[in-house]
Amino acid sequence: MTPILIQVLTQPKQIQHLSLKDWDLLIRQARHANLLARLGYVLENNGLSCDIPIAPLRHIQSAQTYAQQFENTLKWEIKCIAKALNNLNIPIIYLKGTAYFILGSIAAQGRVFSDIDILVNKDQLEQVEAALRRAGWAQHEMDAYDQKYYRQWMHESPPMQHVVRGTSIDVHHNILPTTNEACPDAAKLLAQAEKTPSLDGWVLSTSDRILHSACHLFHEGELDNGLRDLSDLDLLLQEAAKKDPAFWQTILARANDLGLQRSLYYAMHYCGLILKTPIPQGIHKQYLAFAPNRFVLAALDILFLKALIPNHHTCDGYLTKFARWFLFVRSHWLKMPIHLLLPHLIRKGLKNFTTES
Amino acid sequence: MERILLNVGPFSINLETPLKPVIESVKMLYAEQFFLTDSTANGFFDFHIKIDNPSQLRRWYKPQVQFYFDGKLPFKPLPFSQAYPFFEWGLNWCIATQVFNYLLIHSAVVERNGFALILSGQPGAGKSTLCAALVNRGWRLLSDEMAVVDLQTNWLIPIVRPVSLKNESIQIIKNFAPDVVLGESFYDTAKGTVSHMKPGMDSVLKAKQNSPCKWIILPRFVKGADIVLKELPKTEAVLKLAENSFNYAILSSQGFLSLCELVDASYCYELEYSNLDEAIALLADLPV
Repeated sequence: MTPILIQVLTQPKQIQHLSLKDWDLLIRQARHANLLARLGYVLENNGLSCDIPIAPLRHIQSAQTYAQQFENTLKWEIKCIAKALNNLNIPIIYLKGTAYFILGSIAAQGRVFSDIDILVNKDQLEQVEAALRRAGWAQHEMDAYDQKYYRQWMHESPPMQHVVRGTSIDVHHNILPTTNEACPDAAKLLAQAEKTPSLDGWVLSTSDRILHSACHLFHEGELDNGLRDLSDLDLLLQEAAKKDPAFWQTILARANDLGLQRSLYYAMHYCGLILKTPIPQGIHKQYLAFAPNRFVLAALDILFLKALIPNHHTCDGYLTKFARWFLFVRSHWLKMPIHLLLPHLIRKGLKNFTTES
Repeated sequence: MERILLNVGPFSINLETPLKPVIESVKMLYAEQFFLTDSTANGFFDFHIKIDNPSQLRRWYKPQVQFYFDGKLPFKPLPFSQAYPFFEWGLNWCIATQVFNYLLIHSAVVERNGFALILSGQPGAGKSTLCAALVNRGWRLLSDEMAVVDLQTNWLIPIVRPVSLKNESIQIIKNFAPDVVLGESFYDTAKGTVSHMKPGMDSVLKAKQNSPCKWIILPRFVKGADIVLKELPKTEAVLKLAENSFNYAILSSQGFLSLCELVDASYCYELEYSNLDEAIALLADLPV
């Protein structure tokens, strides 16, 4: 059976018929899926705020209060980053949640996250890190192997944390690991980046933001926030389609250009299947061309339909844990070719083993 | 697995546990008025908590106990003997981390003649001891662990739960009020020895009556000291309470305004004491 949270996200009007017992389950699933505040905004945007009984409303309001305070903190943090990097005179491109927030996107409503992600030209990575270090961000000490792992293979520098505020920033030079087969040409991403009217920052183009969100979700192994990320995609796709009638054609062409067809396919496929995202008929036919072969798709359907549900024990079926584990393994498989992956995993495994004992 | 449905203050709790010590302590220390049944509960619970062994193996080998917040594990397991205090601490954690529609201040709250007194301070300052003593001398218990401030009215909402006494306080209160109902003593916890005092009937029967705050006191127990009640500047009181608040920073301007109003409407003091009878006599004469 479809979890009640997904039922309500796809058909918000349903809440008018929920008993308090149903609400109990809905709030619990939303809390563990990190969607409690967003649930409130979805209901609000559908004019349903008055239909929320007082007991669940208190939890939704609490989550929204927390999310609002998070926005205040985020705004301050963006200012600090801008101040630290201002002298470099290079475009700092904010990614994902921070970008949605700067743009006032509907996907930013109630979205709470822990790291700020920025993207810069790879040649400028060093000076950006140095400037951040001067302003109080620091990297944890790392052995030579971990350094090499980040510097040579990954799409980001080792994470940095502010020594006073404790806030984290990840400096990226691409949106997928360089060892990933699908890793796009970063120059193409930078070329279409847009300056934002507020907060003096840059963001990726609309299509690139969505493609980034998609490759993050469908290459990433940690699916604890999987449903939240899928809901991001659902909101971003709908918002973009509403603003620009040519959006669907644009993003299909852009996926071709960047070589991210498969990620876009998964995004549209699973948004449509799980969250009933409306996708125009004509577009439907075109994106099918990006699909994997039907055996792979059948297998992935089984896995993703099990994994992209609220991270709550009332939703777990007998295959859920296995599906999440298998997709975690898959994410490593996609991350780097086997001749790099195997030694990497053995090394990590040994390291965990020795630190534990 | 036993299901215990509780209604404490503004919160309803669905507690599941197969563990006898937890069931017995809860049934002994919570007033029967606060227990719900499936027919009296409305189906919605604010917190779903489970206290259980972390694994089958741990039932036999160095037994441990785990706190589940609706299936998630916010803490590392504790020794089995601390199962009941784990429930109390875990519930505090649930409220402090999930509730942002009240201002929550780490403090004990008691009431007399319709006015509430907030006893706030760092752990170990002696607020629970003073609170336990006061409620055995005519004051009503609103809460031992946190002041729950209604953001609309700024009144204090009772959340009548067992009073947690630590170390020497346990014997002090036993001597001070020999009739109190004290639960089992739990040794070697993170807070030393802990034992819980059951709230009196007066507090239980008035558990739905909110009160306006009249006094804010930062108590400090100092062995052998003479009793001193010193006025605390209101600006400092605001800062002290903000420091002791669980969710002040999250409530941003709303929290600040509420805290200022609370302090503005109250007499604020620092209290140094060593003798409970003296302290109680002094607090009986606070200005109204």
